[in-house]
Amino acid sequence: MTKAGSPMPDAPHFPPSADSAPGPLWVNAEITYKCPLHCVFCYNPLNYASTFDKELTTDQWLKALREARELGAVQLGISGGEPLMRDDIEVIIAEASKMGYYVNLLTSGIGLTEERIAAFKAGGLDQIQLSFQDSTKQLNDFLSSTKTFDLKLKVARLIKQYDYPMVLNVVLHRLNIDHIGQILQMAESMQADHVELANSQYYAWAFKNREYLMPSRGQLERAETVCNDFRERLGNKMKLYFVVPDYYSERPKACMNGWGSVFLNIAPDGMALPCHEARMLPGLTFPNVRDHDIRTIWQDSQAFNAYRGNSWMPEPCRSCDEKEKDFGGCRCQAFMLTGDATNADPVCNKSPHHSLITHQVALAQVLRAPDDDVRPLIIFRDDRNSRNLSQE
Amino acid sequence: MSISTNQALRFARQYKLQWEPTQNAYVLLYPEGLVKLTESAGEILKRIDGNATAHDIISRLEASYPGADLQQDVLDFLEHAYDKGWITNA
Ligand code: SF4
Ligand code: SF4
Repeated sequence: MTKAGSPMPDAPHFPPSADSAPGPLWVNAEITYKCPLHCVFCYNPLNYASTFDKELTTDQWLKALREARELGAVQLGISGGEPLMRDDIEVIIAEASKMGYYVNLLTSGIGLTEERIAAFKAGGLDQIQLSFQDSTKQLNDFLSSTKTFDLKLKVARLIKQYDYPMVLNVVLHRLNIDHIGQILQMAESMQADHVELANSQYYAWAFKNREYLMPSRGQLERAETVCNDFRERLGNKMKLYFVVPDYYSERPKACMNGWGSVFLNIAPDGMALPCHEARMLPGLTFPNVRDHDIRTIWQDSQAFNAYRGNSWMPEPCRSCDEKEKDFGGCRCQAFMLTGDATNADPVCNKSPHHSLITHQVALAQVLRAPDDDVRPLIIFRDDRNSRNLSQE
Repeated sequence: MSISTNQALRFARQYKLQWEPTQNAYVLLYPEGLVKLTESAGEILKRIDGNATAHDIISRLEASYPGADLQQDVLDFLEHAYDKGWITNA
């Protein structure tokens, strides 16, 4: 499971690192793009299926992780796709833990048996994040196109049993946000310790489905009220994060804490990326961990240097006094919406392209409530759609 | 809340202290994040072992840094770490 709703890790947890950091602090290993689910908001690349026959071997993963660790990487996310689709993550977790990584597993829970979780625990896995699509079985099954809900409840119990905190991610969007009260009730009954309710961000599959996924302002306000009530009632027992779509704000997110600053994503085929979505950007040649060591990739490659620091910025960012704070926002969002990755993220209201965002937000206020007849228009993340879309 | 000086302290579940040679510092690791510690914060936290109380930690530090009056600074920092949820009573 890709980190629900936030392709961008919670960068603010990290101390800002100088441009000259010798290597990444955080490695995200997208171990496979195989996944039994078909989430409409998935941010795996549209052509993910093309990586199936090119996945790194166990040894190739371990070599890359060792190299990154030697440069100072300490956080490791194991995500996907669904990482449990690979049968070697036991080995990868145990070895990475021995290397000194803090190891996080991001999963939809499908395929998590007691035998496997016991092996993860023995191997030193530090944290598990479980994702749900929704609290109502029906909508959950619709949103993920499979019958997975009961199974996840079982998995939630296993996680507790093995003494992991229950960290729950639910991706919110127009189709499920009105169920937020039920979602939170479910989280409470599962004794969740942390709940992240983040709206989907519009990349990849979620970008394709943007019109069906963006909630209205009214929906967001109602959801926030429900969250606040839960917060008040449960206090510290359940930590609750609610994240609205960045389209609703006037400043962009500090994407990845800066390009090539702390984060290294390694795709299933070994491609090294400064963020999950960067593969889409034109003019960059992304190095592969099969061909280069992490030091060369991080320090010398054209791709990792392209948007590092701020000398690449045109106006309005160049002369803006907030550029150290948000780094001009997200390069992928700038490219997707304006056609030029060096532009300011159009979420920023100083961007000359900001109307692209406000237009979309305005649309979200008038679109009728989604019902059964919009469902055929939604493009599910599945292997057939992936193959078709990669020919576009 | 405040910590009592004669109760043993330990790291909260999921918090790990680790020496990082590349950063030349102790870092505190937790789910999807880390804090790079200053030298004095590292010196204090590395003495947390599940048995030592705040009082023990202060006297051990004062033994290592003779002549320094550390009591209040160490307590303030431990209080801060406690409030942040990094450490808790053992
Ligand atoms: S389909 Fe869903 S569970 Fe699978 S990788 Fe995408 S977002 Fe994660
Ligand atoms: S102009 Fe650029 S640097 Fe300034 S706030 Fe907007 S995106 Fe950030």
